[in-house]
Amino acid sequence: MFDIKKIRKDFPILSKEIYGKPLIYADNAASTQKPQPVIDSIVDLYSNNYANIHRGVHYLSRESTKLYESARETVQKFIQAASAREIVFVRGATEAINLVASSYLEPRLNAGDEILLSEMEHHSNIIPWQLLAERHQAKLSIIPLLENGDLDFSQVPRLLNSRVKMVAITQMSNSLGTINKLDTLVQRAHDLGIPVLVDGAQSIAHFPIDVQALDCDFFVFSGHKIYGPTGIGVLYAKQIFLESMRPYQGGGDMILDVSFEKTEFNEIPYKFEAGTPNISGAIALSSALNYVSALGLQNIDRYERELLAYATKQFEQIEGLRIIGKARNKGSIISFVLEGIHPHDVGTIMDMEGVAVRTGHHCTQPVMECYQVPATTRVSLAFYNTKAEIDSICSAILKVKELMG
Amino acid sequence: MSELRELYQEVILDHNKNPRNFREMTPHSHHATGHNPLCGDKLELYLKIENGMIEDISFIGSGCAISTSSASLMTQFLKGKSIKDTRKYFECFHDLVTGKPLSDNDLEDLGKLAVFGGVQEFPARVKCAILSWHTLINALETTNETAKTE
Repeated sequence: MFDIKKIRKDFPILSKEIYGKPLIYADNAASTQKPQPVIDSIVDLYSNNYANIHRGVHYLSRESTKLYESARETVQKFIQAASAREIVFVRGATEAINLVASSYLEPRLNAGDEILLSEMEHHSNIIPWQLLAERHQAKLSIIPLLENGDLDFSQVPRLLNSRVKMVAITQMSNSLGTINKLDTLVQRAHDLGIPVLVDGAQSIAHFPIDVQALDCDFFVFSGHKIYGPTGIGVLYAKQIFLESMRPYQGGGDMILDVSFEKTEFNEIPYKFEAGTPNISGAIALSSALNYVSALGLQNIDRYERELLAYATKQFEQIEGLRIIGKARNKGSIISFVLEGIHPHDVGTIMDMEGVAVRTGHHCTQPVMECYQVPATTRVSLAFYNTKAEIDSICSAILKVKELMG
Repeated sequence: MSELRELYQEVILDHNKNPRNFREMTPHSHHATGHNPLCGDKLELYLKIENGMIEDISFIGSGCAISTSSASLMTQFLKGKSIKDTRKYFECFHDLVTGKPLSDNDLEDLGKLAVFGGVQEFPARVKCAILSWHTLINALETTNETAKTE
């Protein structure tokens, strides 16, 4: 079903050696590596089809526009959106959240209003709302974390009230791996007329997404976390929301008619794509999505769960290792601490073994606070990782223990 | 592994496990907080300075082996020294961990602190080694601001 040898050959960087040791790339929650088709699509665009989009009458501009717009359709199908008009290309999940905060919520937010987040949010799904709340004397309310790494959804009926103007929540935690089942929350919010933004930055690469089934009003993700390039990401918003929103940035391409007295804005989604966009990024993202689709997200999900179960079992046998985040439903992320050894030392020593992991707070300081740890070491796995690599990761951890005594 | 052994020398591991002068100090004449937001390293540095001499120096906090042992060795090193020399020591130490050439005299002056020479092979860890020193400078200038090395 899953020819891992063949898959690994698609990713040139995976055959690299680090300090004379085979690279074991286990920092996929931070960013994923790129398969050859993604790399090729960028080279091909610039070699054969590149020009600016949406303006020239010339051949190349038409070709480039066609590729860019068909990338939008690829995204639409990938997340099962109703229409390609609901797909806005942005720089990444962070910009998408800022866009919603500024264009949707800001004009509707009043003093005393609340924005409901969760305790496991990435800083990028906290700060844009915090900045906005400060400007309008609104406040953030938080769905708390439970000891095991699940969110305490039993608090939702208390937290969701008529003061809440927006719910913004992650579908999968980048530091704990927790996958949140969001349908009940979405339904409850909608019962009160409150829109829901789902942060799909992590979830997008791990299991199939259906924004219509999820019924979220906004969904955001970054290209680089799903094997595409950096600097490209997606805001999905239901058409009815996009149409009611003010522009985010002003510039070319987002207008129909301009005079110094008045500007008529372009239709959606172009109204939100001011200036020349990341054309090659969007096209390479669609290559990445096609690549992932060809492997099949169900297959990826199944394989990664197998990896996670194996890694969890192996890690638990290491004395003094504590896994942070043991939610019932988890993606392939394991955060851990080693008794008496700081994660930063762990990361440096593992690096010398060729193992790339992330150490630190993973842009989730409230999560670290909750677990009373300053930082963790995070192993985040992708479909190109193997059980043999997990064994090597365990050996590297044992080396850390040996060296640090 | 040899670079790692060079980085995590016995002295460093020992000071990480049993940091010296690891206590709050009341009363103190100078104090500053050091913070590496990316790693989560945090330390509080206390000094008692009389007649331009460092009579006592101590710290508390949590951090990686490099930042903890660096703070511990720094406090041992500075106790009884004159504050007018601290800037010079800071610069020598900075040169040491960033791999700039040091004169034999300077290296000799640094004494035990020379064990941090291995840090230069690990650019990502320079900020760990230097955190306590930045905090020291802040404390002496009593800016009361949190020292950062990011």
